[in-house]
Parts: sequence; structure tokens; C-alpha cells
Amino acid sequence: MAALIRCEDLWKIYRLGDVEVQALRGLNLSIASGEFVAIMGSSGSGKSTLMNILGCLDQPTRGRYWLNDVDAAGLRADQLADIRNRQIGFVFQNFNLIPRTSALENAQLPLFYRGVSLREQRVLATEALCRVGLQGREGHYPTQLSGGQQQRVAIARALVTAPSLLLADEPTGNLDTESSREIMAILDQLNKEQGITIILVTHETDIAAYAEREIVMKDGRILTDRHTKSTVSLSGPEA
Amino acid sequence: MPAFVLLTVLTAIRILSRNRLRAGLTMLGIVIGVGAVIAMVSIGEGAKAAVAKRVASMGTNVIMVLPGSMTTSGVRGGQGGAVTLTISDGMELKKRIPMLSEVGWGKRDTMQIINGNKNWSGLVNGISPSYLTIRDWSFSSGGAFTQQDVDTADRVALVGQTVVENLFDVGEEPVGAIIRIKNVPFRVIGVLSPKGQSSQGSDQDDIIFIPFSTAERKVFGTQFLGSVGALFASTERLEDLTPAAAQIRDVIRARHRLQPDQEDDFTIRTQVDIGKVQESTSETLTVMLFAIASVSLLVGGIGIMNILLVSVTERTREIGVRMAVGAKRRHIVMQFLIEAVTLSVVGGCLGILVGILGARVTTAIAGWPTIISAETVMAAFVFSIAVGLFFGLYPANKASRLNPIDALRYE
Repeated sequence: MAALIRCEDLWKIYRLGDVEVQALRGLNLSIASGEFVAIMGSSGSGKSTLMNILGCLDQPTRGRYWLNDVDAAGLRADQLADIRNRQIGFVFQNFNLIPRTSALENAQLPLFYRGVSLREQRVLATEALCRVGLQGREGHYPTQLSGGQQQRVAIARALVTAPSLLLADEPTGNLDTESSREIMAILDQLNKEQGITIILVTHETDIAAYAEREIVMKDGRILTDRHTKSTVSLSGPEA
Repeated sequence: MPAFVLLTVLTAIRILSRNRLRAGLTMLGIVIGVGAVIAMVSIGEGAKAAVAKRVASMGTNVIMVLPGSMTTSGVRGGQGGAVTLTISDGMELKKRIPMLSEVGWGKRDTMQIINGNKNWSGLVNGISPSYLTIRDWSFSSGGAFTQQDVDTADRVALVGQTVVENLFDVGEEPVGAIIRIKNVPFRVIGVLSPKGQSSQGSDQDDIIFIPFSTAERKVFGTQFLGSVGALFASTERLEDLTPAAAQIRDVIRARHRLQPDQEDDFTIRTQVDIGKVQESTSETLTVMLFAIASVSLLVGGIGIMNILLVSVTERTREIGVRMAVGAKRRHIVMQFLIEAVTLSVVGGCLGILVGILGARVTTAIAGWPTIISAETVMAAFVFSIAVGLFFGLYPANKASRLNPIDALRYE
């Protein structure tokens, strides 16, 4: 399969006053289209930095990053915004829904910036909410939804533009076990049935177990990278 | 793009309506500023129009020549103290200066006027018939006296509205009535249309006109036959007013045999001069009021900027999310600019209402004339948009320069 993501000798160096922090040190990575990858590692291992670069929210200090054969390392802020809008969906640990705004409008948000007509925004966002099992809750505000439901709205928002890549940063970090399982089941289904590439950052091994490939990072480099497909079934590890 | 703007406006209205008290207080500055501008300008415009009306009530293209002060062995008398202008000066002007369409003269004094059992002290003005033409007096009933009346020194009178009100009962017809001025009986042959206040603020309708010759010989008495209180002249065209005034000066100086080093023994005033003085007074007032009102608009704008900066900080995470899902810098700039303009425009519209109301109240209470022109309202509207744009720019730009990663992590 064609490589969706290719990273070559990726460096990210921050300067905090006089201290130089090397968050990424010459990282190489290739992820094919349709893969379900879990990235693990202790805090400070560079996994968040990697996710930011993969998500086109940040630029590497050095090295190259190809997404769909486009070199994202050399793009301007507006071009990166376009890539985020069209090709990447984000799911965050703290959901990051816009407060006092309905589920439907939250799900519409990426389409709003794409300049899609209001009617089409409504149709696509309603459909996306349906796919995460939130039909009938379109008018609910984030405060009227449970944590699991909020995260599902966030997934609908990520899905609404039909991205090729979904980045989930600790998506179950703020959820109870039951909600976590629901969210992971949705992600798993999106990967298996729609072929969306998912990259997941997590601390928890049972969450990582949903993925087919597990990358462990340490000190800005990849420590281990292995395929774990055999342990995953369609309905989750417990089934 | 238009769809985006429309949706952003709707979003802005919703975001602002979430915190109505805050939005209201933020707008208050603009409301007061725009309201003040509208009220002040309408008062200024009203004053200006009133002045223009008074100046116009003088007549059309009028030049006045007043006798100057006379210096008697070093003691200078006041203006009009000298008896230096005469009918023959007036006739000479008419003959020598073709630019003048009319030349007239008058002489006035306050006298007791009696009608039946009523009496009134009014200004009696002995005039040449041309005076009425120069000053644009018209009649509400009856008509003017003629040159023949002047030649024969007839005892006929024209009365102003104020005199009519004070000398005649309601419904009593003044034309044809006999009134007595300083015990000399006069027949009223015309009632003048009202003119209102003069540019000096005196009541122009408190007047009685009688033929100059009659006044001179039968009422006032005179030491020097033919001396006048003032000469009046008018020109066809407004542009001729100033050159005509210069020619009048030359002619009178020559007739009075004034040496080049001697001062004029008369004063010339044109309608343009009088209008200019009055206008500049009210213009100064307008400019001052406008400056004060602008300061309150400035304060209002700073209020908007302040609240938007707070809003940007409060909504840092939201900005981060918007950027993550694909908002470009210009989208974020637009969002905050539109919020600022929404605030300032809503405030501006309320301010326009407040200003109109303020002007109405001023007219009702103080009795000052006010004029609210469409231009003023439009200018206030445009100005409030400009205030929103100007003071929204910095917060909007600040928001758009946030780093998405930091913004997403902001607690």
C-alpha cells in the first residue's frame, strides 16, 4: 500500500531560555494508508511533538514530512490550515468542543471553513453525528452531553470532511471504561469499514491493543515498532 | 465568501447575545458617543439654519451705510452719532453706481402710538418706498405707499405684526384704521408680513413705516433737512455686493471731501459680512461640540477593544480548535473584526436613536431649533463602523497570531 505518511530524519528543537530541548531526534517513520497505529511512550518521549507535526499544527526544525506525497515541512501557515481542513481529523483528550454551541454546529465547524453551503454543512454534519450514534442529539449543547457523547461529537467533527487521516491524542483519557470502549469501537469501525488511517496516542495498553501496530517512543526516537494485528478482532479485545 | 461572512455575523450575534450585560456595557460608550455627535450636530445645524434665516430676513444682497462717529475737538462720538448721511448721498449713489439696483434710506425713532384706548411704544421708521423692496418686506394685507405719498408727505402708515397685536383687538381690521403717532393722525394702508428676529436678535415686526418726508417734517422734526439714519442699497447679484460696497465707499468719501489720511465718517456693512460673522460663531460651536462628541466615541472604541482583548484570552482554546479544524488567519481576523463591528454598529444605531431623541428633547425643553440631516445620520453610522474596524483590528490580529498548539493547550 502507498505510504500516507513518510518522515525522514525529523528533528524538533525547542529553546526554553538557555536550555535547548530536543523533542525529536532524527525520527524516521512510514505509515501506510489504512493503518491503525498506536503511539506510546512516557511523557517527554516526544510523542505529542510528533503528533503535532503529523497533524500539520507544527513544523519540524529539520527533516522532511510527506503527507500524501506532499512535503508539508515547507508549507506556509495557510497551506497547513488547508491540509488540516481537508485531510486530517483531530480527536483530543479534552474533546475541545466549542462551548455553548450545539452538537450539530460543532460537527459543522470544519465545513464552515471550507466554504461549503449552509445546507450542505447541515446534511453532512447530521450524517456524521448519525455515524457516531448521536442521531436526535443535534441540538444538544456540550454541557448537556456526557463525556462519551462529547467525544463522539468530536469524532463526528473529525469525520465530517472525510479525512484520510485521523489523529487521536489520548481520546479516552478523560472517559470511564464503558465510554472508552464505545469510543474505541467507533474508531475501530472507522478504520476497518472506511479505511481511515488512525494514529492514536495513549498511555493505556488496553487502548493501544485496538491498534494493529504499536510504536513506542523514547527520547525523541522510536524505541520499538511492531505489528500486533493478531491480538485485535473487529469487536475489541474482550470479545 | 459571502456565506462565510453571513455565518460569521450570525455567530458573532450569538456569541455577543450570550453575554448581554457585557455587550450592552461595551456598546454604551458608542451609544453615548454617537448619540452625542447626532444631538450636538443637530443643535449646531439648527443654530446655523436659524442664523441663515435671520440673515436672509434682512433682504436680498443688502448693503447698509451707517453714519459714523464724529470727532468734535478730540472727543469721539459713538457710531451713528454724526448726522453725515443725507438723501442726496443716496441719490448720488443711485446715479453713479449702476451695479446698485435699488437705493433707499430711512430714519427711525421710538414713539408712542395710539389707537383708540390702546397705546404702544414702537419703532417708527420713516423710509423711502425703495426701502421695502431692498429689505424684501411683503404685506399680509393692504399695500405699500408710493413715491407720490412721499412727495406730498401723506400721513399713511404700514404696521408690523407686533404693533398690530398690541394696538388692535383680535379680529379688528388694521387697514383703514386711523392711528396717532406723536398725536399726528395716520391712516393705516398696509399690514406687513412677519419677519421674526433680526440677526442681532431684535424683533423686526415691532415696526411702523411712514413716508420719509412725513417723518421728517411732521413727526420727528430735524435740525438738518435730508439727513438720514441709514442708507440701504441692493445689487442684482450676490457677487456684486463686495465691489458695490467698495464703490459706495469711494463715492461717499468723495462727497464728504475726506482726505486720504482721514477716517471714514460712515460704516458700510454688507449682508455677506453680517452672515459671515454669525456663521463663524455657530461654526465654532459646532466644531467644539463635535470635538467633545468625538472624544466619547474614542472612549467607546477603546471599550470595545478592551472587551475584545478579554474575549480573545477567554476563548483561546476555541481559537485553537478553530485553527486545528482548518481556520486560516484571515478567518480568525474576520471573526473578531465582525464581532467588533457588530458591537459598534448596534451601538451606533442605538446611538442614532438616542441622538434623535436628545435633539427632540432639546427642542422641546430649551426651545432650540435642531436639524437632523440624513448626512449626519449616515456619517454617524459610517463612523461607528470605522470605530469597530479600527479598535477591533488589534484584538483580531492578536487572536489570529496565536500558535494553534499553544492555544489548544491553554487552560
